[in-house]
Amino acid sequence: MTATATRPPQTRRRRPSGVSRQNREMWVLMLPALVPVLLFSVGPLLYGIGLAFTDAESGRNHVTSFVGLENFGTLLADEEFWASIRIGLIWAVSVTVLQFLASLGLALLLNQKLWLRGLARVLAVVPWAMPPVVIGLMWRLVYHPDAGIVNTTFGTDINWLADFSWALPAIIVMGVWSGMPQTTIVLLAGLQGIPKELYEAGEVDGAATWRKFWSITLPQLRPVIVTITSLDFVWNVNQFTLVYVLTQGGPGGRTRLPMLFAYEEAFRYGFFGYAATMGVTIVIVVLGLLGFYLWRQMREAS
Amino acid sequence: MKKIPQYAALLAYMVFLAFPLVWLLSTALKTPQEMANLHPTWIPDRPTLANFSDAFGEQDLVGAGLRSLIVALSSSVLTVAVSLPASYALARYKGVLKRVALGWVLVSQVFPFILIIIPLFMVLKQLDLVNTLFGLVVVHVTFTLPFALWMLQGYVRSVPRELEEAAAMDGATRLRSIISIVAPLLAPGVVATLLFSFISSWNEFLFALVVLKDPDVMTLPLTLVRFTGPEGVSRLGPLAAASLMATIPSLIFFAIIQRRLRSGLMAGAVKG
Repeated sequence: MTATATRPPQTRRRRPSGVSRQNREMWVLMLPALVPVLLFSVGPLLYGIGLAFTDAESGRNHVTSFVGLENFGTLLADEEFWASIRIGLIWAVSVTVLQFLASLGLALLLNQKLWLRGLARVLAVVPWAMPPVVIGLMWRLVYHPDAGIVNTTFGTDINWLADFSWALPAIIVMGVWSGMPQTTIVLLAGLQGIPKELYEAGEVDGAATWRKFWSITLPQLRPVIVTITSLDFVWNVNQFTLVYVLTQGGPGGRTRLPMLFAYEEAFRYGFFGYAATMGVTIVIVVLGLLGFYLWRQMREAS
Repeated sequence: MKKIPQYAALLAYMVFLAFPLVWLLSTALKTPQEMANLHPTWIPDRPTLANFSDAFGEQDLVGAGLRSLIVALSSSVLTVAVSLPASYALARYKGVLKRVALGWVLVSQVFPFILIIIPLFMVLKQLDLVNTLFGLVVVHVTFTLPFALWMLQGYVRSVPRELEEAAAMDGATRLRSIISIVAPLLAPGVVATLLFSFISSWNEFLFALVVLKDPDVMTLPLTLVRFTGPEGVSRLGPLAAASLMATIPSLIFFAIIQRRLRSGLMAGAVKG
């Protein structure tokens, strides 16, 4: 009530207290968004990190207690988990690298004046427009041992998704296919942002196409490349749906990415605490690798 | 003639990108008899739309589609309702909160979902929201919110501040100027954000898998995955048809925002 008791004259409205009023308004406007985010994502994230140091289980009459670093000790000795991390890294690195190379080639093509370019652009975005579950089911049809197209085309008789040596390459191909749109669009935007003058100057100096690519395109594109490959890598490590739909981690764990492993540990066997430990460990491994990659890129750039 | 290698490469890309889609379509148009054939062909012998009507005849699929629709509609409306005021605050005011909020938007893009999903499940269980559509709506709103906020504040920022100042000069209150000046100009942005939230929810699988355990409450992605066993050939046709139909909402969305994609808006959004 005090604020309205003496209404200041119009000319004096912009007083220092405007800042605090602005702040108050901002809080009020932010509140509806803040509450669900705090309650259902910031809170659980912190709680989840905390869970990693407990023996939480899904059972009704299980009393959760703090166990310190015990879970991490168990995890270090858990060979299955490290096998899963290895598979996850093979998956994430191959998909990221192949995705990048394929998308760069496509982006370079789409950046030229070619006939059919419009259709190719639409096709390049389609995987993005599909629900991940449908992508997974579609590739299941492609790889199907009897009704699939791969065996028919190559005259093979392989059950791709159930084969110990073929399952991982098979899901990697699908991973590359499904992630190409984002990478291609970002790289294409990067290519279009390179000043034309640079190429004109290159032509004056008589540089060949290949030479222009190495000396102009790649260095100019570098920040975009570092950003999108880092993002792709994190997204690929976090991948769950596509692989869950396609193989459920099989055969014999050959495609069990870390996220699938942790999911099973939590929701199939009910070891919440241990699964949270895996989550924390995965984040540490990913951040470490990413930090190393970014650090090297920055050092090379300067 | 000089461009032959380029065309060859472009063609190879188009084949790689298109062949799974063509195969999905081809499977959706085949009769069960043809599916049982050991040498499947690209083009169906006797193309049929029976698989589509069969899919509509499946109680499970239709029910799941309706539930997905309910969840996606409620989450998108709620997401926009909750993020609209916040996006205005983010675009117009400065402060620590703003930096924290934008930082959170970025972090949320690279979330390790497993770390969130376990405690989230425990929280939902405490609130008795496991196995309910409302529980899933709450989760979808929370996780679509950061990106929706990011989209909307971009649209708010594109409304010139001068318009509001002019309204204030004419004696309009802040609320008045928001309702009569900002809101109409913001309408296209709100529609785009609604569509984006709708699609995110419609396509979402992992949270639904954790929250919904009972087949009677499952959404479409879950039901599609459960629809056929790994080897059951006879149901592949209806499955392919249903998968195609489940893709329609996203296709409409992408057809609408295609232009923006080309102009690189999404690229900027991804890069932050």
